[in-house]
Amino acid sequence: MGDMAVTVDHVSKMFRLYHDRNQSLKATLMRGRRARYEEFQALDDVSLEVPAGTTFGLIGENGSGKSTLLKCMARILRPESGSITVNGKISALLELGAGFHPELSGKENIYLNGAILGLGAKDIDRKYDDIVEFAGLEQFIDTPVKNYSSGMYVRLGFSVAINVDPDVLLVDEVLAVGDEQFQRRCNEKFAELRAQDKTIVVVSHGLGLMRTICDELAWLEHGRLRMIGPAGDVVDQYLAEVQTDRQTDADTDGRGARWGSGEARIDDIELLDANGRETNRLHTGETVTIRVRYQADEPIERPVFGLAIFNVEGVLVTGPNTREAGLVPDVIHGAGVVDLTVDKMLLLPGTYDISASLYDYAVVHPFDFRQRAVRFDVDAGMPHETFGGVMSLDGRWSTQPDGGPVLRPDRSGVGLADAGPDKGSGPTDDE
Amino acid sequence: MNPLADLSQSRDLLVNLTLRELRGKYKRSVLGWSWSLLNPLATMIIFSVVFGRLLKIQPTASPSGLVNYPAFLLCGLLPWNFLSNTMNGSMVALLGNAGLIKKVYFPRQILVFATVLALDWSFVIEIGLLLVFLLILGNMVLPWILGAVIAMLLLTVFATGVGLILSVLNVYFRDLQYLVGIALQLWFYATPIIYPIRLVNDSSMPDWAKTVYALNPMVGFVQVFRSMLYDLEFPDWGLVAYITVWSVGIAVVGMAVFRKFEPRLAEEL
Repeated sequence: MGDMAVTVDHVSKMFRLYHDRNQSLKATLMRGRRARYEEFQALDDVSLEVPAGTTFGLIGENGSGKSTLLKCMARILRPESGSITVNGKISALLELGAGFHPELSGKENIYLNGAILGLGAKDIDRKYDDIVEFAGLEQFIDTPVKNYSSGMYVRLGFSVAINVDPDVLLVDEVLAVGDEQFQRRCNEKFAELRAQDKTIVVVSHGLGLMRTICDELAWLEHGRLRMIGPAGDVVDQYLAEVQTDRQTDADTDGRGARWGSGEARIDDIELLDANGRETNRLHTGETVTIRVRYQADEPIERPVFGLAIFNVEGVLVTGPNTREAGLVPDVIHGAGVVDLTVDKMLLLPGTYDISASLYDYAVVHPFDFRQRAVRFDVDAGMPHETFGGVMSLDGRWSTQPDGGPVLRPDRSGVGLADAGPDKGSGPTDDE
Repeated sequence: MNPLADLSQSRDLLVNLTLRELRGKYKRSVLGWSWSLLNPLATMIIFSVVFGRLLKIQPTASPSGLVNYPAFLLCGLLPWNFLSNTMNGSMVALLGNAGLIKKVYFPRQILVFATVLALDWSFVIEIGLLLVFLLILGNMVLPWILGAVIAMLLLTVFATGVGLILSVLNVYFRDLQYLVGIALQLWFYATPIIYPIRLVNDSSMPDWAKTVYALNPMVGFVQVFRSMLYDLEFPDWGLVAYITVWSVGIAVVGMAVFRKFEPRLAEEL
């Protein structure tokens, strides 16, 4: 610790936007000069340091310069001014299988791709079996890769890139590839690299993921460094701003996020902590009540109240409703509340939205639907998991050697989930 | 990064990229490798019929006593083919690997080196077969093998320099390849490949035109190859010095040009 894996020092990068993309000698000679262009400042005096052994994220909107910065780190793009120093061997997962030759077999391509990524023939000999096994392509390794499915292609590419065994790994949104099983293995591999104190620099739009896997985040805006700090703080700040933007958007576009016939309305959605106080910040494992306040101007027979919780990426986490739970009032008229009490809220750290709805019994006719009306944050609590994901299963671990005593965790799970009991302390502990 | 580690990494990469060129080229064709030999063979037959038989170009009666138009032709044609293939190949060395350049960092000039090296492989096989052919014709070329290897090395350095320049310029000016196509035709006839240089020297051209003609470095290369393999004579020292200066000079210029344009390659592709 203390060493910097990547030092970005006052880096600026310009792109040329050509007015006409006609790159010809003829046109140049006739014009007397090369095509006219405007300069676009993709990175503007960015300085930051990535401490060795950490997972560092770059967030920002499209065009904010985060991918450009990553490519500058990878030496693919050369900044106009400033310098980038990388300590150790670097590998970039920007595109999987770049440089594969379609006519060559998987095996020949492993050696080729490995060499492109900086591995010597001997290194590849040593890692060859791992690479093939990780890609799961033992049967097809002598087939030309042009006959591979796109999934196989990507798997082989990932497998080679990850086995380069870099000190610094650069990752750009490439993780959303392959089938679910392969994604899981990729995530495991990343957890393993993090556990080995490798430095990882990630670019992603998935804020939930970034919050869970990154130690620190840098937020880029229009090529400038807007904020840098602990992942949770930066995501909160970023979301606060984007959320403000979203609300103004909603106002201007007529609030498409609410619909229904209006005989009965959902006036308010509240989150109450264990003491009944309203809050929008919870911890994993706490007791929480989601309270819906309604107002029925007309009698509504057998109404169905529904809730839905989404993470910031818009993935539905759960969507309980009163009808399925067996709670169907004969009629509601006037004001009232509906509570959903969760004794142990198992959402993992991240940011979530709640939608609430009020339907007829057939769940066909909406009286009121409020799409993603309330946002709340979940901070780390118990169970403590840092691997990522949306929910904890809150399971209990135990192990038993044949004929021996049953062992259970001596501490109730505090620390890194992947640190194991013998490691003693997680990275969050005092040093 | 450690420059030595960089170098050994580059060597592995060069070997792999060269193998990719070689393996990829004729992999899925029935005749496979023989294609690379059929091409110069066909050219040789056509030129021998047209120029040797129909136009009756008389090759110089060599001091070795050999008079054979196909053998005379090949001594110039094979070096020429190597150069022109290098020029055409290096123009697509970067463009054809745009995806790679935009996604992975490695020393970009290796792509050009790999193109040249893959062509060197065919060049070596072709010259080897030519040596066998000359031996069958009774030309004792064995003492000249080392000389031929040195000349091939010099031509490789020369072609690499030209290739480095063309490869980057073609990224910035995509119509360069058409221009080069025309230039290659002119250059071919301005080099004594299908005719002996005696025809130029004995012609009624003014002296200044003959001087300009002799400035062409390929005149020097073809003369050097021919005097060693066909005439079995030591080439003129002046010519050897001349092509050496050209080779080193073009290589230095090529590196400089490449280095100037390299940083923006990933954006321009």
